Amino acid sequence: MENYIIEMNNIRKEFPGIVANDNVTVKLINGEIHALLGENGAGKSTLMSVLFGLYRPEAGEIKKNGEVVNIQNPNDANNLGIGMVHQHFKLVEVFTVLENIILGAEPTKYGFLTTKETRAKVIELSEKFNLKVDIDAKIEDISVGMQQRVEILKMLYRENEVLIFDEPTAVLTPQEIEELMKIMKDLIKEGKSILFISHKLNEIMAVCDRVSVLRKGKYIGTVKVADTNVNKLSKMMVGRKVEGVQLPTKKKGNAILEVKNLVVPSKLHKNNAVDGVTFEVHQGEILCVAGIEGNGQSELVYGLTGLEKITSGEILLNGIDITKMSIREKNLAGISHIPEDRHKHGLILDFNLENNLVLKKYFEEGFQNKGFINKEKVRSHSDALIEKFDIRSGKGSTTMARSMSGGNQQKAIIAREIDCDTEMLIAVQPTRGLDVGAIENIHKTLIKQRNDNKAILLISLELEEVLNISDRILVMHNGKLVAELNPKKTSPQEIGLFMVGAKIQAKFKKGEVNKNV
Amino acid sequence: MFKFLKNKKTPQFNGKKEKNYTFLASLIAIIAGLLLGFLILFLMEAVSAESDFRIPFIAIKAFLTDSFSARKQFFDIFYYAAPILLTGLSVGFAFKAGLFNIGAAGQAGIGGFFGVIAAISWGLPWWAALIVAMIVGFLWGLIPGLLKAIYNINEVITTIMLNWASLYLVRLLFWNVGNAEEKTLLNSIKPQEVDKIFIHNPGGVIPDWGLQNFFNSDNANIGIFVAILVAIVMHILLNKTTFGFEVKACGLNKNASKYAGIKSARTIILTMGIAGGLAGLAGGVYYLSDTIQYTINNPLLGIGFDGISVALLASSSPLGVIASGTFIGFLRASTDSFQGYYEAEVTNLILSIIIYFSAFSLIIGQILNKIRKNKNKNNLDNANAEPQVIQAKKSSDSEEVEVTK
Repeated sequence: MENYIIEMNNIRKEFPGIVANDNVTVKLINGEIHALLGENGAGKSTLMSVLFGLYRPEAGEIKKNGEVVNIQNPNDANNLGIGMVHQHFKLVEVFTVLENIILGAEPTKYGFLTTKETRAKVIELSEKFNLKVDIDAKIEDISVGMQQRVEILKMLYRENEVLIFDEPTAVLTPQEIEELMKIMKDLIKEGKSILFISHKLNEIMAVCDRVSVLRKGKYIGTVKVADTNVNKLSKMMVGRKVEGVQLPTKKKGNAILEVKNLVVPSKLHKNNAVDGVTFEVHQGEILCVAGIEGNGQSELVYGLTGLEKITSGEILLNGIDITKMSIREKNLAGISHIPEDRHKHGLILDFNLENNLVLKKYFEEGFQNKGFINKEKVRSHSDALIEKFDIRSGKGSTTMARSMSGGNQQKAIIAREIDCDTEMLIAVQPTRGLDVGAIENIHKTLIKQRNDNKAILLISLELEEVLNISDRILVMHNGKLVAELNPKKTSPQEIGLFMVGAKIQAKFKKGEVNKNV
Repeated sequence: MFKFLKNKKTPQFNGKKEKNYTFLASLIAIIAGLLLGFLILFLMEAVSAESDFRIPFIAIKAFLTDSFSARKQFFDIFYYAAPILLTGLSVGFAFKAGLFNIGAAGQAGIGGFFGVIAAISWGLPWWAALIVAMIVGFLWGLIPGLLKAIYNINEVITTIMLNWASLYLVRLLFWNVGNAEEKTLLNSIKPQEVDKIFIHNPGGVIPDWGLQNFFNSDNANIGIFVAILVAIVMHILLNKTTFGFEVKACGLNKNASKYAGIKSARTIILTMGIAGGLAGLAGGVYYLSDTIQYTINNPLLGIGFDGISVALLASSSPLGVIASGTFIGFLRASTDSFQGYYEAEVTNLILSIIIYFSAFSLIIGQILNKIRKNKNKNNLDNANAEPQVIQAKKSSDSEEVEVTK
């Protein structure tokens, strides 16, 4: 009989129309790092939210040290010594590190705040676990990695013994990830137990003792990391063997998009988000811009498409200057755009599917006549795209976009953009948050466009995607391009070095960019 | 407020069944409001020195039935409904673009004032005077639109301030221009108040097309038909045209609209202008009925604020506004029957309670839907136990389909 600190037995959690957790059992041994593995939407976060008291399960029981406990809300979880670092940090931006750590458990004397002892305690904790933080800095001024350390300190300050990490590496640089792994191992040495949510197999292999796999809400099994390998885990996670996509060799054609010395200001800081970027995208190629989130890739696209104003630079499409054109003029000139945030930019969630599919065409002759929209045309256009791109939804053209699954929402956007049949397609993280099947589908669509001689600019944070489906890789760091790589001749390690700015290729160093890029 | 509106959207997903509930929910809300209003009347009677518990019953009965007792009273419903139907359209249209137009009162005030000027001083016929009112309202509405689109100043603040600006601008024009010597804009208007429009320009009054005789009411005119016609036009504008598409797109997701290349600044400016124009027209219909004497001391028009209730009750649908506007018109008309029993304050109190409760219809609708869902769930569970039930149901459904075919 193992010494389980947490047992979640036969947990069932339903949401309208979906069973997020179906009879899931996960047991955490005292002093282990236990991974919860599954694709997006497999129910990992739901399960952890049940443990943390954010959701109440429909069935099942939770045991702590062998005793059944009733967790109604996060306070109960906290009192039981369960702490959680959320994927999106829950910190008050304008408060200092210390203020954030004591928030919700403020030490007081005669009703006044007393931080003297707490300060000493926090400093002691941060030294003990080697969690370097600047205790008086405001959250908005510190790096994402340090923010995460603040979240960890918050849990330690509350003397939690079960620590839940929800996809902690998604926002970190490779270096910060390594550091986090080390911190996690240190925490175990000090008697903590960790639940680690992830869909990244190599991280799990590197740091975990055991791993439980979920697929589509169902519990698949628990294995020891020592007894398994990446392939076996991958098959458990997806349920079938994952076939890679093929990128046939193809000669690239003329330059479609030329970007010269583009400068886009940042909304977050005083420096430029995009700082003098120059490159070309050719017919029949997928050019991928890799980089860590927040290094100017989003702003680069905003600048290109016109969603944000640029400071200087030139954008040519087919040799024609489109720099000063409005968004619609750019669309009509031949740029389609699969946006990064499908809820913010990509869709009008309270419009139905047919109206979303016609969002960039409703003003065209045929879809409208003298200002009146031709509903039949809109419907037939929508039905045709639904058929062609296999968009699945409850009520076809009249389905509200909001009620569709993430994968099908993305399919709808891709259908709309590809239907515009432009020479230039900009795709920003088109596979974010989707499951493996949907990702494969989208990759195939992009490659088909490439084979049809379209120019594609792909922005991606996933190195695997960058390496698999691009013809050429540009690496962006701190608003500047730092490397141009051939995916066939490079490695994740090499890209990683460029991504963190540890290396810069010679031709990007001088500040003067080679014409042949 | 907007969240409030969005919640209203959700029932649409699940189709027909829930739409039926909106009517039922409104009915329950209204009845609840009436009951509470009645309770208050009852309590007031209980604490008064010479309590007579028959009075609340008589008053409520009169409240509910008087409007249908005679032609004159019946038409009053529509007399009151016409201007608030238009302000309801104004507020509702702005809502569709995600804008909260609290300025309908000011837009109606200044629009109505110029409508009166047009009829009296310029001698224009009634329809032209209404157009003048609409144009002035449109221009007044453009101000918050421009401020919002160019400087991103919240339209709630600007429209509230412009209400007062409009009120005092009108008073200023009244005094100064009216007192000026010789021929002025208002040379036929006395400083303190305006004569009936009829005296100066019979053609400036909204005609009744024989309605006054039929309904035996001085209040009767074709204002209600103008309002309904405008509601239909707005319905078409909003649901059939590219401009309506853009307005709704901007209202539901400004970022995605920008991404799709819609010029949101232009849409915002035009939307506020049109909202202002509708409110201006409301002011025109209000004054050009020639039943209210225009005086210098006119306060901010209540029709502007009633428009908010009307728009909310109809969840901003132009055709829905016809119903909700008529309903509030009915309440306004019915409160006349309280006269003689209660003070004006009590009348307004009861009216507010009912309007307030009407807004709860959204919440009641949600509760009803929840009950239905639970029922369905139970049915499903039962059905799983006895699959025959489902089959029987299915076959009856398919029969229905065949019949309709």
